[in-house]
Parts: sequence; structure tokens; C-alpha cells
Amino acid sequence: MSKATRQPPSVRIMATSFLVIWLIVAAFPFLWTLWGSFKVEGDFFSKANWANAIFGTLTQEETGSSFTGAGYYGAWVQEEFWRAALNTTLVCIFVVTVSLTCGTLGGYALARSTHRYAFWFLLFALMFRAMPPITLVSGYLLPFFEWNLWGHLYTTVIVLVALNQPFTLWMLHSFFKNIPKDLDESAMVDGCTRFQAFRHVIIPVMWPGVITTGLFSFLLAYNDFAVTTMLLSKENQTMVPKIASFLGTTQTKGNVMFAVSAVVSVTAPLFVMVMFFQRQIVSGLTAGAVKG
Amino acid sequence: MKHSSFFWFVLPSTLLMLAFIAFPIVSVVTQSFYTAHEQVVVQVENCGPFGCTQETSVDQEATAALREAEPMGEFAGFEIYTDRNHLAFGEVAAAWVNADGLPDFGRSLMNLPFYKALAFTLTYTAVVTPLTIILGFFIAIAVNSVARAMKGPTIFFSLLPMIVTPLVGSLILFWMVDARGILGAGLQWLTDDPNLSVKASTGLMWIMLMVYGVWHAAPFAFVVFYAGLQTVNTDTLESAMVDGATRWERIRFVVLPHLFPLVTFVALIQLMDNFRVFEPIVSFQASAHATSLSYAIYNDLGGETRLLSSAAATSVLTIIGIAILLSPVLVRTWRDFDRK
Amino acid sequence: MNIILKTTAAACALIAAASAATAECSIDGGRVNIIGNEFPAIQTVAAAAAECTGVTVEANLTADHQTLNVAGMSGNPAEYTSAIVANSSIVALINEDVIRPLDELVAEYGKDIPQRQLITVGGKVMAVAFMANAQTLTYRADVLEEVGLDVPTTYEEVLVAAEAIRAAGIMENPVGGPYAAGWNLAQEFNNMYLGHGGEFFEPGTAKISINNEKGVATLEMMKALTEYMNPDYLTHDSNGTSAEWEAGNVALMHMWGSRAQVLMDDEGSEPQVYENTKVAAPLMVGDSGVPASTLWWDGWTVAKNISDEDAAATFQALAYAVSPQTLNDTTMNQAVWLIDGYEPAPVSEGVLAAVASGTKPYPMLPYMGLLHTASGDNIADFLTGKESAEQTLADIEAAYNAAAKEQGYIQ
Repeated sequence: MSKATRQPPSVRIMATSFLVIWLIVAAFPFLWTLWGSFKVEGDFFSKANWANAIFGTLTQEETGSSFTGAGYYGAWVQEEFWRAALNTTLVCIFVVTVSLTCGTLGGYALARSTHRYAFWFLLFALMFRAMPPITLVSGYLLPFFEWNLWGHLYTTVIVLVALNQPFTLWMLHSFFKNIPKDLDESAMVDGCTRFQAFRHVIIPVMWPGVITTGLFSFLLAYNDFAVTTMLLSKENQTMVPKIASFLGTTQTKGNVMFAVSAVVSVTAPLFVMVMFFQRQIVSGLTAGAVKG
Repeated sequence: MKHSSFFWFVLPSTLLMLAFIAFPIVSVVTQSFYTAHEQVVVQVENCGPFGCTQETSVDQEATAALREAEPMGEFAGFEIYTDRNHLAFGEVAAAWVNADGLPDFGRSLMNLPFYKALAFTLTYTAVVTPLTIILGFFIAIAVNSVARAMKGPTIFFSLLPMIVTPLVGSLILFWMVDARGILGAGLQWLTDDPNLSVKASTGLMWIMLMVYGVWHAAPFAFVVFYAGLQTVNTDTLESAMVDGATRWERIRFVVLPHLFPLVTFVALIQLMDNFRVFEPIVSFQASAHATSLSYAIYNDLGGETRLLSSAAATSVLTIIGIAILLSPVLVRTWRDFDRK
Repeated sequence: MNIILKTTAAACALIAAASAATAECSIDGGRVNIIGNEFPAIQTVAAAAAECTGVTVEANLTADHQTLNVAGMSGNPAEYTSAIVANSSIVALINEDVIRPLDELVAEYGKDIPQRQLITVGGKVMAVAFMANAQTLTYRADVLEEVGLDVPTTYEEVLVAAEAIRAAGIMENPVGGPYAAGWNLAQEFNNMYLGHGGEFFEPGTAKISINNEKGVATLEMMKALTEYMNPDYLTHDSNGTSAEWEAGNVALMHMWGSRAQVLMDDEGSEPQVYENTKVAAPLMVGDSGVPASTLWWDGWTVAKNISDEDAAATFQALAYAVSPQTLNDTTMNQAVWLIDGYEPAPVSEGVLAAVASGTKPYPMLPYMGLLHTASGDNIADFLTGKESAEQTLADIEAAYNAAAKEQGYIQ
């Protein structure tokens, strides 16, 4: 660590305690859910006493032990949650790839163009994003049913990519602006075309931005409810609408715990993913090519 | 950059946005200027398991003819925009004339659905946006200074409010803030008021929605700033240090200017998202205490009879609202752009 | 639940279901695709339809059915060949002209369907009902016994009982009901207003007529009840209220008949609660003689924009699904079935009493949904004390008028 980032002890203690408080605030509901997912619904959503969720009074009474895996069994085996997990994996992979491909190309061009239309392009993209998604999605239904596009995974992928394109463009455009112009311009002086300069000079140094944008595209596809619940048929359902169907409008007893267990069990792979990509963000830094 | 290469670089994004956003927006705007035909209603006798009743029904043949003649419906101009459920020009004018001082006028205004929704939407946006940015910035600085081995887990836990699907996340939080949930009981203990209930009071409900908003969005600001911090030039920092700059001055004059484009970006996105606040209101069943413009659209589309034109008009008003809200940031971006 | 059951899968399911295996539903070709809500009774009907051989039966049972059904039945051919609806939601399909009259199909394939199951609009059969529902009183027998009171039959008696229970220190907030702002709250208003003998509209027109003394009395009674409810009542939908009940915090509750079974089973609550949970007839209010509740049916329809072959297949599959063989030990208590062979259980006493006592059905009017939404948005302001009852009724009227004008029902 360089001298400039070394901190005096007082600052260090303040920063650490701030971080610890934040981590507790951020993680507490999840940890509570993790613990509660092994209880029965009457305990986890106890209206009598919140401590029931910790000690599992009703769980003891109904199952004979303080912990039960019934929620997990119900979600994964009985309700075949793995199908939804598979669909989500497909949707996420395609949304992230397509989104980043279109977005890096567009974002790069927008960051480098000095013409005014580039600004107007960004402005319109932003205004497109202002449209409330519920209005858009309910507008899609009629034509999608008419043209037989409704219910398929690819339709949802394209819609999610399109709806998220303004965000992706803006974000990548901001990151590209941080990459000095001299890099690709000198490459072009050396005889590269614009695309070759982009491909060989810019792509290698833009990983932190791309990974971060990709992370958001991923989370969007992963967590989306408004689009997936309206546009996917039952057999193509992704995880979030599937979880919503566990909850239902008239909560059938026990099914709520399926939803809770499903949420807990799909968070584990994300942990691995974040651990992996945070290194990529840092490796972009150590490559040392980015100068502010 | 040459026009032709710009064109090819942005083509894929443009096509997607035109087809799935621009075109629907055009049709939504058109829709907002039309109302349904005058309905031909006839008296009918309806029978079922509970006996027969005299009721009314829409005469399909007569309606079919009307639909044939004007497929879009009746042109209404700005009628929907100005009716009571939207801008309510007539009611606002009447309230102004009849008002007994400004507070009374305010009360009459808050009784109109659009202005009631707007009041909460604007308050929410004004409170949540800056808090999210500040909190995200401090988390980013703090995470950036932890030991390398701990970085992965800290990032993951910091992201949790964003990762856990709001569907279940808010269900659990909704239970937690219940008067008998762990947070609700904790609040009662803290304030020493056994009858305190967050869900029963408008003020507390607003605060809760805003706290949830900051909690849910802070990870976004954090990740963007964190990625930005990775590209801060350490040479500049060190030379600032040699020049005798204090820690605060280094943040103020080196780190912040570097992050500024990202702050603009986060502010734009957050202003927009907060102005469209919707999910927490539904999840926390807060509509008795707080409504927003997006909630109004949801309400129009979710009823047994869907009010398409009304929803379209509110959507257009939302876009206009966001355009006004973003204009200062956009003017700034425009100046930056011109300088290039 | 994922119900795309191909014929082979259906055959397997049949063997597994053993008791229902006397099925004889074979259709010569066609397509069946059902859209509907996702509660257990509808799941049962869709699963039974999937037992038919010779056709592919698909179903999309989701909470968003109301948004999807009109769009999914508008195309030609329509994606969905049938929508499962209730008396409130069928009007949207009739308004958009996407369902077909069933008279010919009933004559050809549906002779066994009892007359009471046929829903006719202006003499044409538009739907076939299979279950009934209503909101009635649910009470805790032990608590009423403790305070020495009979089961209340009117809302006035509910207030007396609630005061007695509170005074005896048994429960702080003994009254419950789905009073969540929005649809639920508006439904409670509808019930209470009908109970006061009110009419929602001037007969034969779309002119709203709730702004009167009956409307004021309705709101006053609702407010009086909320004094005995958990302070969070505006966030309690039927799920939330049921949870309160199971926690033993409530002794008198206005609840849907379809929920009674869940409250009476031994999951989620202490024995003292579920053993003493009983249902009674819907409550009266004032002196109108009309119960303060509404009757509901759920039934299926057939899409208009599909081939006659598909329509015939859909009709046959669903007629089979709501025939007596669908009822067995597991499905019997899922709902108050209108199907022949249904044996009432204690859980369904409330709904049957509602039918017997002359409760009005929820109005099947094209503009009723607009009023329902308008009420749901405005009543909370009165209950929280922000405005007077007259102001609230005037607001409902104004909100309804703006919406009805947009939809072309009034000028």
C-alpha cells in the first residue's frame, strides 16, 4: 500500500466502525431470513412474539425439532424450483452478454464523439428511461400475443436488454470518459481503424467499468419482476415470478416458506460470483493502464 | 469521431431502444389524447347461482360499429390531462377561489390524487437521492481501505440490500417493522412508547419508505463509486501529500473531482428511479399514507376496468416531471460536452 | 404450479390419483389453454381438465391473470381458449367482447351441467360457475363464552361484544377484517353499504348514487369498528388479518369463506385458537334486512376468437373438470363448490348461510370496477381522520365521474 493511502489510527477506527455498522444494517435482514428459513411459517412470521423466529416454538410443536428443511424440500423437490433457476441462468447470461456488447460499442462511441448529436442521443436515451416500466410492459402484451412472441425466454431477454440499454449506455459512457483519449487516438495514428483501436487498446483497460456495468445488468435480469411476470409463460418462468407464485394472492400455508428458502438458496451462488468479480475490478487497477 | 463509425457503433442500441421504448412511448402519448367511445349500455337480466337481477351490460353490436368507425376512440385533446384525476385545473381553480388562506388551499390540493402523489414523490426524491449518494460514497471509501482479503466478503454483504429480491425482502421487512416484529418492538423500546406503530402513522410510514429507499439503493451508489476509486491516480495523491495536503483536502481536491462524472451519473439515475418510486408502496401496503405517480399508473392498470388513457396521461406527466427534475444536471452535462 | 400436462403425463397423474380414475374424458383434437387466478380450487379445476385425453391442456394460473386475460384473448386466434373469472372480472371480458356465448355448446356437450351453474347475461350463457364465496363472521367461541355473550348477528352487537372483550382485558383489539387500503377496503365499504340498503347507481344508468345518508352511516360504522382493530388495520389484507387471527389476537373477524379452512386447521396456531374458530352467517347492519356482504362466484368462460373445434375441446375439458368426479377427500374442502355431490362441511357454513339469508351478489355492472377503485383510493382519508365522511363520499363521486367519463359511461 502506498504512503498516500495510509491512514492515522483515529481515521482507521472511525472508518472501521462505520463499516461494521453498515454491514450489520445491510446484512441483518438477510441473516435473519437465513436463520428463519429453517422454521415453520408460524414462527418466522409470528404475530405473537418475534422471538419465536429465533427459538422456533411452533416449529418444535409441528415438526418435533427446532429446525426443519421443509421449505427447501418443498421449493426444490416438490415445486421443481431448479427449472426456474435454470431459466434465470439462461436469461442472465444472455442479458449480460447482449447488453454489454451493444452497450460498450454505443457507450464508447458516445464518449468519443464530439458532435452535438451524441449529446442529444444520450439525452433521448435518458428520457426513454424515464418511462415507467409498467406502462411499457402492459403495452407489449397485445402485440406480443398477436405475433406469437409472448411467453418465450428470448423475448424477455430482448425486452430486458432494451429497457436497460439507456442505463448501460450512460454508465459505460461515464466510464469511457475516464479513459484518456490519447490511448486509442495514438493507436489510430499507428494505423488502426476505429474498431481495431477499440478492440485492442480500449477493451483491455476498461474491465472495471464493464464488470461493474455487467454486475448491474446481471442484477437487473436476476431480480426483475415487472417484465418476467408478465411476459413469460409458466414453463419458462424465472425465479422471481416463481417465488411470487409461491406467495400467491391467497397465501397457501407453508408455501411462503418455499419462497423464503428459495431466496436464501439462490443467494449462495451470488456470493461466489461477487468474490470472483471483485478481483477482476481490482485487477483492472493493477494493470496500471488507467490514468485519471 | 467520424459520422459513419459513430453510426455503426450505436446502431444495435438504437434499434433496440427504438423498437421497445421509443415506439411504445409514441403510442402511449397518442393514447393519452383519446377516450373510449360513448358506451351503449342496455338493461339485461343476469342469472346465476344466486338468482336473477336486473343489471346493465355493454351492447356489443352497437359498440362494434362505433369501434369500426373510430378505432382509436374519441379524440379528447388535453381533456384527460386536465380532469380531476390528473392536473385537475377546474378543481385547483375552484380551491384557489374558495380557499381561506394558503394552508387551506394546500389542504384542498392534497385532496386531489395527482397532487397528493406528487407531494410524496417529490419529498421522497429530494430526501433519498442525496442520502443515497452520501452513504454510498462513504461506504466506498471505507471498503476501499479494508485489507485485501476482507474485500470480497465486505463487498458481498454491502450488496445484499440490492441482491435479495425486493419481493421477499420487503415481505420480511414489512413483518419486521410490525408493532410486534423485531424492529417495531425495538422502536417501541427505544422511544418508550408501547403503542407506537410505524404502519399506523402517516409520518412514520413516510420515514420508513425513505429509509428503505436509501437502504435499497445505497449499494448501487457504493459499487459505482468503488469502481471509480480504483482508477484514482495514486501519483497525484502522493504528490498532493508531498505538498502537505491534509487527508480531507486530498479527498476534496483529488478524489472528488475524479469521481465527479460518476456522481452526476448516480444522481441522474437515482433522481429518475426515486421519482418513479413504486415497489415499496405496494410491498409495504402504504397506499393509505403515501402514493406516487407510478402507483397511480399501477392503480389505473390494475383495476377490474383498466383505465388505459388515464395511465397513459400519468406516464406522460411522469416523463415531463423527470425532464424538469433532471434539467439542471443535463444543462451541466451539456456544458461539459460543449467544452470538449 | 406448472401445469403443462401432456396427455401421457395426464394419464400418469390419473393412475396416481386413483380415486378420480373413473374418468372418461376423451376429446378428438383441439387446443385448451386456461388462464386464471392461482388459488387451490382453481388449481384443482385446471388439473382435472388436464386429465382429458386427445388434447393438449395448458394452464397459466397466476395472480396477474386479470392483466393477461384480455390481451391474451384479443388476438386471432387467441392464445387462451378459456379464462377463469369471477362476477367482478367477467364484465371486463364482456366489455371487450372476447368471450363467446355458450348456449350451443351447452346444448351439445353440457346437458349434465345443472341450471344453477349457468351464468346468463341477457339470456345468453356466458360462463359456467363452479364455486361460491362470501365474506361472513368468523368468531372465537371460547372468548365469547368468557364474556357471556351470544354470537353477534349484527354489527351493532359486534361493537358491544368488542367492548366487552376489551373491558374484560382478554384482547386489546378484538375485531379484525381485511381493511387494507385499496381493493380490500373498498370491498368492505361495498358490503356495509349494501347492508345499509344502499344502491350504488341510479337504476339502469352509470350515475353514481353513494353520496347520501346511507353512505355516511356506512363510513361511520366502519370507523366505529376500526376503533377495536389493530392500529395497523389499513395495511391488513386478508393474509394479514388471517395472521392476526392465528396469533390469537382477534376474536371477531369479517373474513372470506374460502379462508375458513386454513384458519381451522392445526397449522400456524395454538390449539386454543384453531379449536375454537367458528364461522357464522354474514352480519346485518341497521334495519334494512339485507346482510352486509356480497356473494361471489368463480366460473370459466370460452374465448370468442378461436376455432369452433378449439372451443368445443375447451368446453368439454372444463365441463369435465367441474363435474362431480372432481370432488374427493382432498378437494371437497377447498371451496364451497356449486357442483352436484358437494357435501357441506363446518367451514362452509358461513357461505351457505350467506346464500340462504338473501345476501346480494356482487353487481355485474360494466362500471362497477371503476367505483371499486375510486372507493379504495379515498376511504382511508376518512378512517385516518383527515376529512369528513361527506368529503370522502364527494371525493369518491368525483374520482368515479372522471374515470367513467374517460371510459364513455357518462358524458
